[in-house]
Amino acid sequence: MSGDNIFAALTEEHGGDARWAFGTGFTDALAGVDTDLPDGVDGQDLALYCQMLGDDALVQAQRLTEWVTDAPELEEEMALANIALDLIGQARLLLARAGQADGTGRDEDAYAYWRDPAEFRNVRLAAAPRGDFARAVVTLLVLSSARLAVFARLADSRDPVLAAVAAKAVHELAYHRDYAASWAVRLGDGTDYSRERMRAALADVWPLTGELFACHPVEARLAGQGVAVDPAQVREEVHGVLAQVLAEARLEGPGPFPEPVLAGREGRHGAELAPLVEEMQKVAREHPGATW
Amino acid sequence: MSTGQLTRAQALAAASAVTDPELPMLTLADLGILRRVEVEDGTARVWITPTYSGCPALAEMRADVDRAVRAAGFDRVEVRTELSPPWTTDWITAEGRRKLAEHGISPPGSAPRRQAGPVPLILSPTRTVPRCPRCGAADTEELSRFGATSCKSLHRCRTCLEPFEHVKEI
Repeated sequence: MSGDNIFAALTEEHGGDARWAFGTGFTDALAGVDTDLPDGVDGQDLALYCQMLGDDALVQAQRLTEWVTDAPELEEEMALANIALDLIGQARLLLARAGQADGTGRDEDAYAYWRDPAEFRNVRLAAAPRGDFARAVVTLLVLSSARLAVFARLADSRDPVLAAVAAKAVHELAYHRDYAASWAVRLGDGTDYSRERMRAALADVWPLTGELFACHPVEARLAGQGVAVDPAQVREEVHGVLAQVLAEARLEGPGPFPEPVLAGREGRHGAELAPLVEEMQKVAREHPGATW
Repeated sequence: MSTGQLTRAQALAAASAVTDPELPMLTLADLGILRRVEVEDGTARVWITPTYSGCPALAEMRADVDRAVRAAGFDRVEVRTELSPPWTTDWITAEGRRKLAEHGISPPGSAPRRQAGPVPLILSPTRTVPRCPRCGAADTEELSRFGATSCKSLHRCRTCLEPFEHVKEI
């Protein structure tokens, strides 16, 4: 790289790859991975399941990045951005898997940037407005606890790609959950003011937790084949984790989870998803196929 | 150069020497992400394992491996990703750990073993308390479990008061 002019160095040719910061021409997240479907598994089912898990991560990550430049401290901003980055990495692999499983060959960008909000399959809590930092902590605690419990089981999936993605993600999600739990304890067992903000956050988030344990017909079919995890199976475990955190935080609860009712998994979202998706897709849609 | 003369050892040497863009003191071999190299009919195939799911350095590493192996004389290079088993910091070599410490970055301790059943919740401030890589003191505190890159946390030494980074056990 020539040191004379930083901009010249950035646009230097590298073997035909158009590249800037880390654009390298490699966009296929699953390059070289054996992606055959397990025997008897319906590709459309598997693709939809990968979208559910992928969209949970993608949408939550997009919401988390709203904290960048706006977190209470620089360290928390970096933590939340790092967590979002892990989730985007999980989403890329899962959405790339979806494109292979359904036979369309779509890459992860096609799913992230070229679907309309109603085609997203994330749970509503992943898209919930960010609220204050207490809300971010509670939301992250609930989502990471549920995802960790599902992924720990998914590491034994008959689908080798799902199993590999889950086995890796488990370690990342454990860090996310521990981070959220330690903040929940610090704020809950902090001042009267921070405790009150945590109480309010729990009250806001709780009604959206039921959906995390609702089983979509695709999840049920794939769970029966040893490919997916029925989220109802992790309900008790997640409740136990949240009870442990809230006790340590000297906060009341948790009460029972609300009824498990499908919403986002069927494409029925709150009004907050469309602006989130629009912002995420803006550059890709205004400059289709752009490289830099 | 005719590809017929090129050996697996040459491809391996070229791929092994590629450095991590985020931790430039480490080669991919030090980091333990280089899984294997094969040469067949003049095509070099290199398998690497990603560190973190979202690590933006992975694409850069793949491009660098591709370039390095081509520079060693191979016209056809395939860089493949191996997701399973997942990378763990236990795969960082002794040499890699020595280089990290030499550059003021605390190397990782043993990664937590994944037990059957639920992953235990850890509410204490740190899983392991790293020693200060500058002065060697054991009295250090965690500032943030998430540092400037996915793989590092941020700490401060209570003895020499210097901040330092630690490669997180995973």
